[in-house]
Order: sequence, then structure tokens, then C-alpha cells
Amino acid sequence: MLPQNDSRVAAATPAAAPGPLFPFVLQLADTSLILAHRLSEWCGHGPVLEQDLAMANIALDLLGEARSYYQYAAELEGQGRTEDDLAYLRSAVEYRNPLLVEQPNNDFAHTILRQFLFDNFHYHLLKALLTCPDTQLAAIAEKSVKEASYHLKWSSEWVIRLGDGTPESRQRLEKAIATLWRFGEELTTATPSEKALQELGVLPDYATLLPAMQAHTAYVFAEATLPLPGPVFGQQGGKTGRHTEHLGYLLSELQYMQRTYPGLTW
Amino acid sequence: MVTAAAPTEAHIWQLLEEVSDPEVPVLSILDLGIVRAVAVAGDQITVTITPTYSGCPAMNVIATEIRLRLLAEGYSNVVIHNQLSPAWTTDWMSQAGREKLEAYGIAPPVDGTATGHVLNLFGKDTAVRCPVCKSTHTHLVSQFGSTACKAHYQCDDCLEPFDYFKCHN
Repeated sequence: MLPQNDSRVAAATPAAAPGPLFPFVLQLADTSLILAHRLSEWCGHGPVLEQDLAMANIALDLLGEARSYYQYAAELEGQGRTEDDLAYLRSAVEYRNPLLVEQPNNDFAHTILRQFLFDNFHYHLLKALLTCPDTQLAAIAEKSVKEASYHLKWSSEWVIRLGDGTPESRQRLEKAIATLWRFGEELTTATPSEKALQELGVLPDYATLLPAMQAHTAYVFAEATLPLPGPVFGQQGGKTGRHTEHLGYLLSELQYMQRTYPGLTW
Repeated sequence: MVTAAAPTEAHIWQLLEEVSDPEVPVLSILDLGIVRAVAVAGDQITVTITPTYSGCPAMNVIATEIRLRLLAEGYSNVVIHNQLSPAWTTDWMSQAGREKLEAYGIAPPVDGTATGHVLNLFGKDTAVRCPVCKSTHTHLVSQFGSTACKAHYQCDDCLEPFDYFKCHN
């Protein structure tokens, strides 16, 4: 819950909307932060030490990327909010991450499949943003795409290992597909602010990312000996603030320190 | 008490050579290739650095250590500028740095072998040399190691497990 007497709550709803770039950069920031938090929940609980470290490392990369976006978003907004205000003092309905990344870790297979769906989009989006006319977004993409490619390699290899592994690992991955596939579509479905940016030529039309994403998925699933899932009804809403119940619980953990001790600094 | 003479760029570069990477203390930040520029204007010194990995926690420590090192010479007007583009690559690591890394027990990056970018699944960086017995019969244990910049390898000849400073380009 937001403390009602906190003066920063008023600043959470800026009077003048600062254009479509701000909500989009915030969406990128929220997406990387929430997934980083989910992955960091594995720290100390991974199935083996190496993969525990892998998830913590990926979480760290995403957290660093999220900071770059939050700093840029704060600058774009120009209302005096800092990167910390944006990350720690907004409520669940103000978060703009797609539903996929807030889904619980469940078992390792669910975490891997969630990561694969995200990485496949993230990598191809960042590649397209390398030529973005907004130089700051292009610079962040240039930095992060190298990391994202490494993540995609990791999650792709694990989809193959689990799918083409033991009956147990395969069955768990199939269950993860049945649970999470419906959240993939939101990643490439443009919100009004994304559409505005696409019309301005700042963002690529997501349809142009799909062939490479689908080709990679088809390749990985063939290697994993898994049939490609057919069309499902896509669950959407996170990017416009309509979240699953999981996000509130996640934020209560993530924002605990700032909510308990407002203004606390390191 | 040290009184500051007018700073020169050459002197600042010399001082930066003494600042080490907190996670790989054998490397100076110049060896690592993260200092992109030094500019002196009057008594103001601007040091431009670039992060190795987006979330590298060493970056804040490095910025503090640069300030402290320059302050010890009496230079207090220091601006640290963080620059993302062009993005850091292991190609910027100095030859001296590579030799120091290997002597320290970490295999240096093998240029041009980054496997992440081309998505070559189950591929490994080629010809990673064991820092102990120098054999190139090594295998990848895990893509992710003790810090963001390292992967975990093992030597097939002497069996030594070792960190490999990943090729990142």
C-alpha cells in the first residue's frame, strides 16, 4: 500500500504527460526490473550451484539494464523523480511490465521457459533498437544486446536439455508451456504509446521482429524434440497496468525497505 | 598534505594506472580498457569510463577509487562521466592485462570467439588455454561464473578448474 501522507505519492501522477517515449522507457525498465527480481528469488535455491549463479548473473545484467532505463525515464519525465522513486514508490497498477515477467518462478522448467520467451523477444528488440534514432535508447541497447544474446543462448540450451532430457524434465517443460505460452503474445502487441513511437519511427513495427523470433523458436523446439504449440488465446494487460495478483506480492518484497523507511539511502 | 600542481592529462593517466579492478585486483582499470577519455579544463578533471557489464557492481567502487586516488594528489574537482556507447569489449583489454590475468590464474579472453552473439548453441569459446598447464584441452563447465565477466572452465589435462574472462564483443 502507498502511504497516503507521503508527499511523493502526489508526484506519482504527473500533471502533464511527457510524450510517448517516457511510458515506453518506463515499460522497458519495469520489465527488466521485475524479471531481475524473479530470477534473484532463485539465489541460494538453484538446482545446482552453476545454474544458481547463472540466474543471479542474468538478474544482475537485467538490473543494470533497468537502472539505465530508469535514469533515462527520470530525465525524460523531468518532474524531479529519481530512478529510485520510479522503482520503489510506484504501486502495482502503475507498473508497465508485461504479465509474463511477473509470473512466479514455479519449478526450474517454468523459469527457463519464461526466460526463453522473454530472451527471444528482448534480444531481437535490442538488435532493432541499435539503429533507433533516439541515441540514448540506442546506447543502452548497444550495451545490453551483448548480454541479452548470452541470456538467449543459455535459456535456449536449457529448453533443449529439458525437452530432450528425461521423461520427468520433458513433462515439467510441457507443463510450463501449457501455463506460460499464453503470455508470449503481449510482448509483441503494441500499446498506444508503442504504436505512437512506431509511427514516429523510433520503434520498429513488432511484426518485423516476428520472423526471426519464430525461426529461433522453431529451431530450438525442433532440437528439444517438442512440437510447436498451436495458437492460444493471449493474456494481456500488464503493459497497460492490469496485472495478475502476483505483482503486488512481488512489489511488497521489492519495495519493502523504501516503504518501511521512506527516504532510506545506502 | 599534498598541494595540487596544475593537472596534466599525462599525469592523470599515470595515476589511473594505479587504480585496480576491485574484483580482479591484478588488473588496473587501464588494463581493463574501461577508461575511455581524460580531459583537463583548468582544475577540473573529467574521467570518462564505460561499464563492462550493465549491472557490474564494481563500477561504483571504481568511480570512488578514481576520486580517492586523484584526491590523494590534491585534485578534488573530478567529474566521472559514465558512457555507454561505444559499448565495452574485451578487445580493449591491454596485452599487459592479458598476461597479468593468466599469471593470476584467470584465462584471458580469446579475441573474436564470442559465442553469445552468434547464438551458436552449446558452443564454447575456442582454444581457451589453461592458466596452469597451458593446455588448450579445456571444456566449458558453466557459461556463468563468479562474476558477470567470467565463465567457468576446466582443464582436461591437468584437471584444474579455472575462471575464464569471457570474450565480450
